[in-house]
Amino acid sequence: MANTKAIDKKTVEHVARLARVNLSAQEIGIYKKQLADILEYINKLGKVDVKNTLPTSHPIGKMKNVFRKDNMKKSLPVEDVLRNAPNKKDSLFIVPKIIG
Amino acid sequence: MHSKKSIPNTAKSCLDRISAINEKLNAIIYIDTDKVLKNAQEKPSGIPITIKDNICVKDEPTTCASRILENFKPPYDATVIKKLKDAGFILMGKANMDEFAFGSSCETSCYGPTRNPWDTTRIPGGSSGGSACAVAGGEVPMALGSDTGGSIRQPAALSGIVGMKPTYGRVSRYGLIAFASSLDQIGPLAGNVRDAAMLLNVISGYDELDSTSADVACPDFTQSLENNVRKIKIGVPKEYFPEKGLDGEVKKAILESKDILQGLGAELIDISLPHTEYAVSCYYIIAPAEASSNLARFDGDQYGLRKDAKNMIDMHLKTRTAGFGDEAKRRILLGTYSLSSGYYEAYYLKAMKVRTKIKNDFLEAFKTCDVILTPTTPAPAFKIGEKINDPLGMYLSDIFTIPANLAGIPGISIPCGFTKGGLPIGLQLLGKPFDEETLFRVAYAFEQNTEFHKRKPNI
Repeated sequence: MANTKAIDKKTVEHVARLARVNLSAQEIGIYKKQLADILEYINKLGKVDVKNTLPTSHPIGKMKNVFRKDNMKKSLPVEDVLRNAPNKKDSLFIVPKIIG
Repeated sequence: MHSKKSIPNTAKSCLDRISAINEKLNAIIYIDTDKVLKNAQEKPSGIPITIKDNICVKDEPTTCASRILENFKPPYDATVIKKLKDAGFILMGKANMDEFAFGSSCETSCYGPTRNPWDTTRIPGGSSGGSACAVAGGEVPMALGSDTGGSIRQPAALSGIVGMKPTYGRVSRYGLIAFASSLDQIGPLAGNVRDAAMLLNVISGYDELDSTSADVACPDFTQSLENNVRKIKIGVPKEYFPEKGLDGEVKKAILESKDILQGLGAELIDISLPHTEYAVSCYYIIAPAEASSNLARFDGDQYGLRKDAKNMIDMHLKTRTAGFGDEAKRRILLGTYSLSSGYYEAYYLKAMKVRTKIKNDFLEAFKTCDVILTPTTPAPAFKIGEKINDPLGMYLSDIFTIPANLAGIPGISIPCGFTKGGLPIGLQLLGKPFDEETLFRVAYAFEQNTEFHKRKPNI
């Protein structure tokens, strides 16, 4: 298993950035400790021999890819879909600049 | 199908009860009284039901008890809601929950904690704590919850009612706001086994809108309510009765329950589920990993909270920082870490392999028994605030319910005793995939021969 000592301030900051949340210095300290404790407990899994075991991503039976027929169906009206939008114009969502 | 005998509550009497006690319990976080009364007039025999706040109800707030979805009103109904409406149920608002179902105590809600009706200084369990509390407190006869690691069964046990997690795929997840997609399942909470079976009849079935819903026949579950467990083989796994970490009063009640079922003619078999001790570790990799991915969609672009900023990334950062609570952030960080470059194989892939072992333990055990009997929780309801700063301690309170989600099998919790202090204790029965019928049968026989479900909290 990975070494839990790897959970340092920099790792918490890196993961927070990937997850798109800002953390205060105090929060980083708390999460660093809590994540290290949780990961230490999780490291138990290192004891299980899984050399010849296949992973389970779906618990029941053999999943097949599910296709639907390519038929036209009524979808939700645009005004209903946009009703919860924080900012909109005509039939579009308005978001801040992506580049710059 | 609607058994009037077991459902005495009308919408009006529910509203009266809610206005009398909900302030104390904080079980229901949204209700439109006028709409309920109008529905009740149109459907005088409609059964009142409250809905966990992570299930989409068209044009009603659906917030997952999170600031990030505070003003969100879905433009569509979840499949289970459509089925309830078509069957004439009367929707009684939304039930409190842990934020995004992350929790075992209903304390991480942005609307404040729900309180246990048996002792309002204690938690009702979680994450479907509002649903369980509303039923236990007599506000509604039944409720819908969702169960990812025990979130229906654990609050049902701690609140003294019946709660069932169906087999993964039995109930459509369309319109359930996803926490961990390979573990989540919607299920019933009710005051007795018959109501739970009747409610599962209404909500289950294949749905082309959920590609993981199972295309298997759904029986009439009320037909399995037979007061007869003769020759049913009940497996008792030694790993669920550890020397340490199981409350003495809970253990005593579970062992007595075992004797009651044996007295009714069931055959008890000692079994082993050797990978049980790895279930919590396995779950706390898989569930946060799936959650961190599912919750990436809450970014302020299309719905929910938005905190303005000059560019897109800063808007996402500000929105998510303001919108998510502490536990949601903790799970997102944990999940992002275990999926991040360099750790995927050590954590996520390894956990999926251990999941296979845990599932195989159950399949092996079911070669010798029909159902498995365990405590639902290692201890009765704890005090509000007791574990809020101890995330690992909180996670371990789901130790007996998590394995069923990893294996995808159905489980039910029923009342089976009380502590000396008057707190409810739950008995968990686990079944073979798609064999909810045997669970209902054993649960019903137990209920018919005991009085625990008749005791009501004094509130």
